[in-house]
Amino acid sequence: MTTDQSTVSIRDHVAGPAGTTRLFAAGSADFGSHQAAFGPLPAMDRARLIDELLQSGLDGRGGAGFAAWQKLASVPADGRRPVVVANGAEGEPLSQKDAALLHNAPHLVIDGILIAGRSLGAKELHLFAGAEQLAPVARALKERGEVRIRLHEAPDTFISGEATAVVSAISGSLAVPGDRTKRLTNSGLNGRPTLVHNVETLAHLALISRFGPAWFRSVGTGSSPGSRLITLSGNTAGPRVYEIPTGVRLTEILVSTGVDLHSVRAALVGGYHGTWLAVDQLDARFSKEGLAPVGARTGAGIIMTLGSGSCGLAATADILAYLAGQSARQCGPCINGLPAIASVFARLAYGDTNGKLPQEISRLAALVTGRGSCAHPDGTARLALSALAAFASDVDAHLRGRCEVLR
Amino acid sequence: MTERKVTMHIDWTRCDGRGLCVELLPELLTRDDWGYPVGRGGSEIAIPQNLEYAAQDAAALCPTQALRLHK
Repeated sequence: MTTDQSTVSIRDHVAGPAGTTRLFAAGSADFGSHQAAFGPLPAMDRARLIDELLQSGLDGRGGAGFAAWQKLASVPADGRRPVVVANGAEGEPLSQKDAALLHNAPHLVIDGILIAGRSLGAKELHLFAGAEQLAPVARALKERGEVRIRLHEAPDTFISGEATAVVSAISGSLAVPGDRTKRLTNSGLNGRPTLVHNVETLAHLALISRFGPAWFRSVGTGSSPGSRLITLSGNTAGPRVYEIPTGVRLTEILVSTGVDLHSVRAALVGGYHGTWLAVDQLDARFSKEGLAPVGARTGAGIIMTLGSGSCGLAATADILAYLAGQSARQCGPCINGLPAIASVFARLAYGDTNGKLPQEISRLAALVTGRGSCAHPDGTARLALSALAAFASDVDAHLRGRCEVLR
Repeated sequence: MTERKVTMHIDWTRCDGRGLCVELLPELLTRDDWGYPVGRGGSEIAIPQNLEYAAQDAAALCPTQALRLHK
Protein backbone atom coordinates (compact mmCIF):
# COMPACT_ATOMS: atom_id res chain seq x y z
CA MET A 1 0.00 0.00 0.00
CA THR A 2 1.46 3.34 -0.98
CA THR A 3 0.59 6.77 0.24
CA ASP A 4 1.89 9.52 -1.99
CA GLN A 5 1.47 12.87 -0.30
CA SER A 6 2.60 14.91 -3.31
CA THR A 7 -0.35 14.11 -5.57
CA VAL A 8 -3.58 16.00 -5.28
CA SER A 9 -6.01 13.74 -7.09
CA ILE A 10 -7.97 11.50 -4.78
CA ARG A 11 -7.51 8.68 -7.27
CA ASP A 12 -3.76 8.86 -6.86
CA HIS A 13 -3.68 9.67 -3.19
CA VAL A 14 -3.88 6.05 -2.09
CA ALA A 15 -3.61 3.17 -4.50
CA GLY A 16 -6.53 0.77 -4.58
CA PRO A 17 -5.88 -2.48 -2.78
CA ALA A 18 -4.09 -4.98 -5.00
CA GLY A 19 -5.42 -8.52 -5.23
CA THR A 20 -8.75 -9.78 -4.06
CA THR A 21 -8.68 -8.58 -0.47
CA ARG A 22 -10.39 -5.28 -0.96
CA LEU A 23 -13.22 -4.76 1.47
CA PHE A 24 -11.08 -6.01 4.35
CA ALA A 25 -7.87 -4.35 3.15
CA ALA A 26 -7.77 -1.98 6.14
CA GLY A 27 -7.09 -4.98 8.34
CA SER A 28 -8.78 -3.40 11.33
CA ALA A 29 -12.14 -1.80 12.01
CA ASP A 30 -10.82 1.50 13.37
CA PHE A 31 -10.99 4.79 11.50
CA GLY A 32 -7.22 5.32 11.41
CA SER A 33 -6.60 2.00 9.66
CA HIS A 34 -9.47 2.72 7.30
CA GLN A 35 -8.07 6.12 6.31
CA ALA A 36 -4.56 4.77 5.92
CA ALA A 37 -5.78 2.01 3.63
CA PHE A 38 -8.31 3.87 1.55
CA GLY A 39 -7.62 7.58 1.88
CA PRO A 40 -10.15 10.35 2.35
CA LEU A 41 -13.83 10.27 1.47
CA PRO A 42 -14.26 11.29 -2.17
CA ALA A 43 -16.97 13.65 -3.33
CA MET A 44 -19.21 12.38 -6.10
CA ASP A 45 -22.07 14.12 -7.80
CA ARG A 46 -25.05 12.08 -8.87
CA ALA A 47 -24.25 11.90 -12.58
CA ARG A 48 -20.63 10.93 -12.01
CA LEU A 49 -21.47 8.31 -9.41
CA ILE A 50 -24.08 6.72 -11.68
CA ASP A 51 -21.59 6.70 -14.53
CA GLU A 52 -18.79 5.19 -12.43
CA LEU A 53 -21.13 2.47 -11.18
CA LEU A 54 -22.31 1.80 -14.72
CA GLN A 55 -18.73 1.50 -15.97
CA SER A 56 -17.79 -0.70 -13.03
CA GLY A 57 -20.62 -3.18 -13.60
CA LEU A 58 -21.29 -3.48 -9.86
CA ASP A 59 -24.45 -5.43 -9.13
CA GLY A 60 -26.35 -5.54 -5.86
CA ARG A 61 -24.96 -7.93 -3.29
CA GLY A 62 -28.08 -8.41 -1.18
CA GLY A 63 -29.53 -11.23 -3.25
CA ALA A 64 -31.51 -9.84 -6.15
CA GLY A 65 -28.39 -8.74 -8.05
CA PHE A 66 -29.95 -5.61 -9.55
CA ALA A 67 -27.43 -3.29 -11.24
CA ALA A 68 -26.24 -0.79 -8.63
CA TRP A 69 -26.20 2.14 -11.07
CA GLN A 70 -29.70 1.42 -12.25
CA LYS A 71 -31.20 1.57 -8.78
CA LEU A 72 -29.42 4.86 -8.13
CA ALA A 73 -30.52 6.25 -11.49
CA SER A 74 -34.14 5.32 -10.82
CA VAL A 75 -34.27 7.71 -7.86
CA PRO A 76 -36.10 10.60 -9.51
CA ALA A 77 -34.35 13.96 -9.54
CA ASP A 78 -37.66 15.76 -9.07
CA GLY A 79 -36.80 17.99 -6.14
CA ARG A 80 -37.97 15.57 -3.47
CA ARG A 81 -35.06 14.81 -1.16
CA PRO A 82 -34.53 11.05 -1.07
CA VAL A 83 -33.69 8.64 1.72
CA VAL A 84 -30.75 6.24 1.65
CA VAL A 85 -31.01 2.98 3.53
CA ALA A 86 -28.09 0.60 4.05
CA ASN A 87 -29.50 -2.87 4.41
CA GLY A 88 -27.48 -5.16 6.64
CA ALA A 89 -30.37 -7.27 7.87
CA GLU A 90 -29.01 -10.65 7.05
CA GLY A 91 -32.02 -12.81 7.81
CA GLU A 92 -30.68 -15.75 5.86
CA PRO A 93 -29.18 -18.17 8.41
CA LEU A 94 -26.51 -19.31 5.93
CA SER A 95 -25.21 -15.78 5.34
CA GLN A 96 -22.75 -14.00 7.59
CA LYS A 97 -20.94 -11.78 5.14
CA ASP A 98 -22.81 -8.59 6.01
CA ALA A 99 -22.10 -9.18 9.70
CA ALA A 100 -18.43 -9.80 8.88
CA LEU A 101 -18.33 -6.60 6.86
CA LEU A 102 -20.00 -4.47 9.53
CA HIS A 103 -17.70 -5.84 12.21
CA ASN A 104 -14.46 -5.58 10.24
CA ALA A 105 -14.98 -2.68 7.84
CA PRO A 106 -17.80 -0.50 9.21
CA HIS A 107 -16.15 2.67 7.90
CA LEU A 108 -16.32 1.45 4.33
CA VAL A 109 -20.08 0.93 4.65
CA ILE A 110 -20.43 4.34 6.29
CA ASP A 111 -18.45 5.84 3.39
CA GLY A 112 -20.79 4.21 0.91
CA ILE A 113 -23.84 5.59 2.71
CA LEU A 114 -22.35 9.10 2.84
CA ILE A 115 -21.20 9.08 -0.79
CA ALA A 116 -24.57 7.81 -2.06
CA GLY A 117 -26.43 10.18 0.26
CA ARG A 118 -24.44 13.26 -0.74
CA SER A 119 -24.66 12.47 -4.43
CA LEU A 120 -28.44 12.30 -4.17
CA GLY A 121 -28.84 15.22 -1.78
CA ALA A 122 -30.46 12.80 0.65
CA LYS A 123 -32.61 14.06 3.49
CA GLU A 124 -32.02 11.05 5.71
CA LEU A 125 -29.48 8.25 5.99
CA HIS A 126 -30.35 4.96 7.70
CA LEU A 127 -28.68 1.68 8.47
CA PHE A 128 -30.73 -1.41 9.28
CA ALA A 129 -29.02 -4.44 10.79
CA GLY A 130 -29.19 -6.94 13.63
CA ALA A 131 -28.36 -5.68 17.12
CA GLU A 132 -24.96 -7.36 17.20
CA GLN A 133 -23.97 -5.65 13.98
CA LEU A 134 -25.15 -2.20 15.07
CA ALA A 135 -22.61 -2.06 17.89
CA PRO A 136 -19.49 -1.85 15.68
CA VAL A 137 -21.23 0.64 13.41
CA ALA A 138 -22.15 2.82 16.39
CA ARG A 139 -18.52 2.72 17.53
CA ALA A 140 -17.34 3.69 14.06
CA LEU A 141 -19.79 6.58 13.84
CA LYS A 142 -18.61 7.84 17.22
CA GLU A 143 -14.98 7.75 16.01
CA ARG A 144 -15.96 10.01 13.15
CA GLY A 145 -18.25 12.28 15.08
CA GLU A 146 -20.81 11.29 12.45
CA VAL A 147 -24.32 11.33 13.82
CA ARG A 148 -26.51 11.70 10.78
CA ILE A 149 -26.77 8.02 10.03
CA ARG A 150 -29.65 6.57 12.04
CA LEU A 151 -29.31 3.03 13.20
CA HIS A 152 -32.26 0.63 13.30
CA GLU A 153 -32.32 -2.84 14.76
CA ALA A 154 -33.47 -5.61 12.43
CA PRO A 155 -35.37 -8.51 13.96
CA ASP A 156 -33.93 -11.97 13.55
CA THR A 157 -36.34 -13.21 10.90
CA PHE A 158 -35.69 -14.60 7.44
CA ILE A 159 -37.64 -11.96 5.55
CA SER A 160 -36.63 -8.86 7.57
CA GLY A 161 -34.11 -7.87 4.89
CA GLU A 162 -36.64 -7.74 2.05
CA ALA A 163 -36.53 -4.13 0.86
CA THR A 164 -40.16 -3.22 1.60
CA ALA A 165 -39.86 -4.92 5.00
CA VAL A 166 -36.80 -2.79 5.74
CA VAL A 167 -38.64 0.40 4.85
CA SER A 168 -41.65 -0.69 6.87
CA ALA A 169 -39.49 -1.39 9.93
CA ILE A 170 -37.69 1.95 9.71
CA SER A 171 -41.01 3.75 9.50
CA GLY A 172 -41.96 2.17 12.82
CA SER A 173 -44.10 -0.70 11.60
CA LEU A 174 -43.35 -4.41 11.48
CA ALA A 175 -40.44 -5.69 9.41
CA VAL A 176 -42.72 -7.49 6.99
CA PRO A 177 -42.93 -7.04 3.22
CA GLY A 178 -45.60 -4.78 1.79
CA ASP A 179 -47.65 -4.98 -1.37
CA ARG A 180 -45.45 -3.54 -4.05
CA THR A 181 -47.05 -1.54 -6.83
CA LYS A 182 -44.63 1.39 -6.82
CA ARG A 183 -40.88 1.28 -6.81
CA LEU A 184 -39.28 2.21 -3.50
CA THR A 185 -36.95 4.51 -5.41
CA ASN A 186 -40.03 6.52 -6.30
CA SER A 187 -42.12 6.08 -3.17
CA GLY A 188 -40.54 4.47 -0.14
CA LEU A 189 -40.03 5.66 3.43
CA ASN A 190 -42.91 8.04 4.22
CA GLY A 191 -43.51 8.36 0.49
CA ARG A 192 -40.02 9.68 -0.21
CA PRO A 193 -37.77 8.33 -2.96
CA THR A 194 -35.82 5.64 -1.15
CA LEU A 195 -32.60 3.96 -2.18
CA VAL A 196 -32.16 0.65 -0.38
CA HIS A 197 -28.75 -0.88 -0.99
CA ASN A 198 -27.14 -3.85 0.66
CA VAL A 199 -24.21 -2.89 2.92
CA GLU A 200 -21.70 -4.81 0.77
CA THR A 201 -22.95 -3.00 -2.33
CA LEU A 202 -22.35 0.31 -0.55
CA ALA A 203 -18.87 -0.75 0.54
CA HIS A 204 -17.96 -1.56 -3.07
CA LEU A 205 -19.50 1.77 -4.09
CA ALA A 206 -17.16 3.49 -1.64
CA LEU A 207 -14.15 1.79 -3.24
CA ILE A 208 -15.28 2.43 -6.83
CA SER A 209 -15.77 6.11 -5.97
CA ARG A 210 -12.13 6.22 -4.86
CA PHE A 211 -10.28 3.93 -7.22
CA GLY A 212 -12.51 3.90 -10.28
CA PRO A 213 -14.23 1.35 -12.52
CA ALA A 214 -11.00 0.10 -14.15
CA TRP A 215 -9.59 -0.78 -10.75
CA PHE A 216 -12.87 -2.51 -9.81
CA ARG A 217 -12.77 -4.54 -13.03
CA SER A 218 -9.19 -5.64 -12.52
CA VAL A 219 -10.50 -8.73 -10.73
CA GLY A 220 -13.50 -10.86 -11.65
CA THR A 221 -14.82 -11.52 -15.14
CA GLY A 222 -15.86 -9.11 -17.86
CA SER A 223 -19.56 -9.68 -17.32
CA SER A 224 -19.30 -10.10 -13.54
CA PRO A 225 -16.50 -7.83 -12.46
CA GLY A 226 -15.06 -7.17 -9.03
CA SER A 227 -14.80 -9.13 -5.86
CA ARG A 228 -17.65 -10.34 -3.71
CA LEU A 229 -18.16 -11.71 -0.26
CA ILE A 230 -19.35 -15.26 0.14
CA THR A 231 -20.34 -17.30 3.13
CA LEU A 232 -19.19 -20.89 2.88
CA SER A 233 -20.60 -23.48 5.22
CA GLY A 234 -21.49 -27.12 5.23
CA ASN A 235 -20.10 -30.52 5.94
CA THR A 236 -16.47 -29.56 6.37
CA ALA A 237 -16.39 -26.32 8.31
CA GLY A 238 -17.90 -22.94 8.63
CA PRO A 239 -19.69 -20.76 8.26
CA ARG A 240 -16.76 -18.70 7.03
CA VAL A 241 -16.72 -15.51 5.02
CA TYR A 242 -14.35 -15.05 2.07
CA GLU A 243 -13.80 -12.31 -0.45
CA ILE A 244 -13.44 -13.91 -3.88
CA PRO A 245 -13.05 -12.67 -7.45
CA THR A 246 -16.49 -13.02 -9.03
CA GLY A 247 -16.64 -15.78 -11.61
CA VAL A 248 -14.27 -18.36 -10.15
CA ARG A 249 -15.46 -21.94 -10.33
CA LEU A 250 -17.31 -23.39 -7.35
CA THR A 251 -14.82 -26.26 -7.28
CA GLU A 252 -11.95 -23.76 -7.07
CA ILE A 253 -13.65 -21.98 -4.17
CA LEU A 254 -14.14 -25.26 -2.35
CA VAL A 255 -10.66 -26.65 -2.99
CA SER A 256 -8.90 -23.38 -2.18
CA THR A 257 -10.69 -23.16 1.13
CA GLY A 258 -9.65 -26.65 2.06
CA VAL A 259 -12.79 -28.61 1.21
CA ASP A 260 -12.17 -32.18 0.04
CA LEU A 261 -14.41 -32.53 -3.01
CA HIS A 262 -14.78 -36.28 -2.37
CA SER A 263 -16.56 -35.44 0.85
CA VAL A 264 -19.17 -33.33 -0.97
CA ARG A 265 -22.43 -34.77 -2.30
CA ALA A 266 -23.96 -31.50 -3.49
CA ALA A 267 -23.96 -27.79 -2.77
CA LEU A 268 -26.75 -25.37 -2.05
CA VAL A 269 -25.95 -22.18 -3.92
CA GLY A 270 -27.65 -18.84 -3.24
CA GLY A 271 -29.05 -19.74 0.17
CA TYR A 272 -32.33 -21.19 1.38
CA HIS A 273 -34.06 -19.54 -1.58
CA GLY A 274 -31.37 -21.00 -3.79
CA THR A 275 -30.59 -24.03 -5.85
CA TRP A 276 -29.06 -27.41 -5.14
CA LEU A 277 -26.29 -28.33 -7.51
CA ALA A 278 -25.20 -31.93 -7.87
CA VAL A 279 -21.51 -32.57 -7.52
CA ASP A 280 -21.00 -32.79 -11.31
CA GLN A 281 -22.40 -29.25 -11.68
CA LEU A 282 -19.87 -27.67 -9.34
CA ASP A 283 -17.48 -26.66 -12.09
CA ALA A 284 -19.92 -23.79 -12.79
CA ARG A 285 -18.54 -20.31 -12.25
CA PHE A 286 -19.85 -18.31 -9.31
CA SER A 287 -21.42 -15.42 -11.21
CA LYS A 288 -24.79 -14.57 -12.71
CA GLU A 289 -23.75 -15.87 -16.14
CA GLY A 290 -21.85 -18.84 -14.81
CA LEU A 291 -24.69 -20.11 -12.68
CA ALA A 292 -27.54 -19.41 -15.12
CA PRO A 293 -26.93 -22.57 -17.22
CA VAL A 294 -27.34 -24.74 -14.11
CA GLY A 295 -30.40 -22.77 -13.00
CA ALA A 296 -28.75 -21.15 -9.99
CA ARG A 297 -28.07 -17.63 -8.81
CA THR A 298 -25.43 -16.13 -6.59
CA GLY A 299 -28.06 -14.70 -4.23
CA ALA A 300 -26.31 -13.14 -1.27
CA GLY A 301 -23.15 -15.15 -1.98
CA ILE A 302 -24.01 -18.33 -0.16
CA ILE A 303 -22.52 -21.77 -0.71
CA MET A 304 -23.40 -24.64 1.61
CA THR A 305 -21.93 -28.04 0.94
CA LEU A 306 -23.79 -31.24 1.71
CA GLY A 307 -21.58 -34.04 2.93
CA SER A 308 -21.49 -37.32 1.05
CA GLY A 309 -23.04 -39.00 4.09
CA SER A 310 -26.08 -36.72 4.20
CA CYS A 311 -29.43 -37.14 2.48
CA GLY A 312 -30.24 -34.13 0.29
CA LEU A 313 -33.96 -34.75 0.53
CA ALA A 314 -33.89 -34.79 4.33
CA ALA A 315 -31.77 -31.62 4.36
CA THR A 316 -34.23 -29.95 2.01
CA ALA A 317 -37.23 -31.06 4.04
CA ASP A 318 -35.71 -29.45 7.13
CA ILE A 319 -35.02 -26.17 5.32
CA LEU A 320 -38.54 -26.14 3.83
CA ALA A 321 -40.02 -26.58 7.31
CA TYR A 322 -37.96 -23.62 8.50
CA LEU A 323 -39.00 -21.48 5.51
CA ALA A 324 -42.68 -22.33 5.99
CA GLY A 325 -42.34 -21.13 9.57
CA GLN A 326 -40.74 -17.90 8.41
CA SER A 327 -43.77 -16.77 6.40
CA ALA A 328 -44.86 -13.31 7.48
CA ARG A 329 -48.37 -14.80 7.41
CA GLN A 330 -49.77 -12.04 5.26
CA CYS A 331 -50.46 -13.76 1.95
CA GLY A 332 -52.80 -16.75 1.64
CA PRO A 333 -50.79 -18.75 -0.91
CA CYS A 334 -47.70 -18.45 1.33
CA ILE A 335 -49.48 -19.12 4.65
CA ASN A 336 -51.08 -22.26 3.23
CA GLY A 337 -48.84 -23.29 0.38
CA LEU A 338 -45.46 -23.32 2.10
CA PRO A 339 -46.48 -25.65 4.93
CA ALA A 340 -48.13 -27.86 2.30
CA ILE A 341 -44.90 -28.05 0.27
CA ALA A 342 -42.87 -28.69 3.41
CA SER A 343 -45.23 -31.40 4.56
CA VAL A 344 -45.34 -33.28 1.26
CA PHE A 345 -41.58 -32.96 0.93
CA ALA A 346 -41.07 -34.35 4.43
CA ARG A 347 -43.16 -37.39 3.49
CA LEU A 348 -40.89 -37.99 0.50
CA ALA A 349 -37.76 -37.48 2.58
CA TYR A 350 -38.80 -39.57 5.55
CA GLY A 351 -40.25 -42.83 4.31
CA ASP A 352 -43.52 -42.34 2.42
CA THR A 353 -43.21 -44.22 -0.90
CA ASN A 354 -46.30 -42.79 -2.59
CA GLY A 355 -45.17 -42.30 -6.20
CA LYS A 356 -47.29 -39.18 -6.62
CA LEU A 357 -45.36 -37.14 -4.08
CA PRO A 358 -42.80 -35.56 -6.48
CA GLN A 359 -45.61 -34.55 -8.83
CA GLU A 360 -47.53 -33.01 -5.94
CA ILE A 361 -44.45 -31.07 -4.80
CA SER A 362 -44.04 -29.72 -8.32
CA ARG A 363 -47.72 -28.79 -8.52
CA LEU A 364 -47.66 -26.93 -5.22
CA ALA A 365 -44.40 -25.20 -6.12
CA ALA A 366 -45.91 -23.92 -9.37
CA LEU A 367 -49.09 -22.93 -7.53
CA VAL A 368 -47.42 -20.57 -5.02
CA THR A 369 -44.87 -19.06 -7.41
CA GLY A 370 -45.55 -15.42 -8.21
CA ARG A 371 -48.42 -15.24 -5.73
CA GLY A 372 -47.11 -13.26 -2.80
CA SER A 373 -46.18 -9.69 -1.98
CA CYS A 374 -42.54 -10.80 -1.73
CA ALA A 375 -40.46 -13.58 -3.25
CA HIS A 376 -40.62 -15.89 -0.23
CA PRO A 377 -43.01 -18.36 -1.88
CA ASP A 378 -41.02 -18.23 -5.13
CA GLY A 379 -37.73 -18.88 -3.37
CA THR A 380 -39.16 -21.70 -1.30
CA ALA A 381 -40.65 -23.30 -4.41
CA ARG A 382 -37.33 -22.95 -6.22
CA LEU A 383 -35.51 -24.79 -3.45
CA ALA A 384 -38.02 -27.67 -3.48
CA LEU A 385 -37.89 -28.06 -7.26
CA SER A 386 -34.11 -27.87 -7.39
CA ALA A 387 -33.86 -30.63 -4.79
CA LEU A 388 -36.08 -32.88 -6.92
CA ALA A 389 -33.72 -32.25 -9.86
CA ALA A 390 -30.35 -32.44 -8.10
CA PHE A 391 -31.32 -35.53 -6.11
CA ALA A 392 -33.45 -37.13 -8.83
CA SER A 393 -31.93 -40.59 -8.45
CA ASP A 394 -32.35 -40.39 -4.68
CA VAL A 395 -36.01 -39.44 -5.19
CA ASP A 396 -36.40 -42.73 -7.09
CA ALA A 397 -34.60 -44.56 -4.29
CA HIS A 398 -36.88 -43.01 -1.66
CA LEU A 399 -39.94 -44.06 -3.64
CA ARG A 400 -38.61 -47.63 -3.50
CA GLY A 401 -38.28 -47.35 0.26
CA ARG A 402 -34.53 -46.78 0.22
CA CYS A 403 -32.11 -43.88 0.40
CA GLU A 404 -28.89 -43.51 -1.56
CA VAL A 405 -27.11 -42.31 1.53
CA LEU A 406 -28.72 -43.43 4.73
CA ARG A 407 -30.07 -46.91 4.02
CA MET B 1 -51.76 3.21 -31.86
CA THR B 2 -50.64 0.47 -29.58
CA GLU B 3 -53.26 -1.50 -27.77
CA ARG B 4 -53.46 -0.44 -24.15
CA LYS B 5 -53.03 -3.28 -21.74
CA VAL B 6 -55.14 -3.52 -18.64
CA THR B 7 -53.87 -5.59 -15.74
CA MET B 8 -55.45 -6.45 -12.44
CA HIS B 9 -53.08 -6.40 -9.47
CA ILE B 10 -53.79 -8.73 -6.56
CA ASP B 11 -52.63 -7.41 -3.19
CA TRP B 12 -52.03 -10.71 -1.41
CA THR B 13 -51.60 -8.96 1.93
CA ARG B 14 -55.29 -7.98 1.68
CA CYS B 15 -56.79 -10.95 -0.13
CA ASP B 16 -58.73 -13.29 2.16
CA GLY B 17 -59.83 -15.68 -0.56
CA ARG B 18 -63.50 -14.71 -0.39
CA GLY B 19 -63.77 -15.70 -4.04
CA LEU B 20 -66.01 -12.97 -5.42
CA CYS B 21 -63.46 -12.15 -8.14
CA VAL B 22 -63.45 -15.79 -9.24
CA GLU B 23 -67.25 -15.66 -9.61
CA LEU B 24 -67.06 -12.45 -11.63
CA LEU B 25 -64.10 -13.47 -13.80
CA PRO B 26 -64.46 -17.22 -14.29
CA GLU B 27 -62.75 -16.88 -17.68
CA LEU B 28 -59.55 -15.70 -15.99
CA LEU B 29 -59.52 -16.95 -12.43
CA THR B 30 -59.91 -20.21 -10.59
CA ARG B 31 -59.50 -20.96 -6.89
CA ASP B 32 -56.43 -22.65 -5.47
CA ASP B 33 -56.49 -25.42 -2.85
CA TRP B 34 -57.29 -22.86 -0.15
CA GLY B 35 -59.73 -20.63 -2.02
CA TYR B 36 -57.39 -17.90 -3.21
CA PRO B 37 -57.62 -16.68 -6.81
CA VAL B 38 -55.28 -18.18 -9.40
CA GLY B 39 -54.80 -16.69 -12.83
CA ARG B 40 -52.13 -16.39 -15.44
CA GLY B 41 -49.66 -13.75 -14.33
CA GLY B 42 -49.62 -14.49 -10.61
CA SER B 43 -50.13 -11.07 -9.03
CA GLU B 44 -50.69 -9.17 -12.28
CA ILE B 45 -53.55 -10.66 -14.25
CA ALA B 46 -53.82 -9.49 -17.87
CA ILE B 47 -57.38 -8.39 -18.60
CA PRO B 48 -58.63 -8.70 -22.19
CA GLN B 49 -60.80 -5.85 -23.43
CA ASN B 50 -64.03 -7.83 -23.38
CA LEU B 51 -63.61 -8.52 -19.65
CA GLU B 52 -62.66 -5.02 -18.57
CA TYR B 53 -66.09 -4.23 -17.12
CA ALA B 54 -66.19 -7.50 -15.23
CA ALA B 55 -62.72 -6.76 -13.86
CA GLN B 56 -63.85 -3.30 -12.78
CA ASP B 57 -66.75 -4.91 -10.95
CA ALA B 58 -64.42 -7.41 -9.30
CA ALA B 59 -62.13 -4.64 -8.08
CA ALA B 60 -65.02 -2.51 -6.85
CA LEU B 61 -66.82 -5.35 -5.11
CA CYS B 62 -63.85 -7.11 -3.53
CA PRO B 63 -64.74 -7.14 0.19
CA THR B 64 -61.10 -6.68 1.23
CA GLN B 65 -60.22 -4.19 -1.55
CA ALA B 66 -57.39 -6.44 -2.66
CA LEU B 67 -57.75 -5.75 -6.39
CA ARG B 68 -56.58 -2.77 -8.40
CA LEU B 69 -56.79 -2.21 -12.12
CA HIS B 70 -53.87 -0.66 -13.97
CA LYS B 71 -54.15 0.70 -17.48
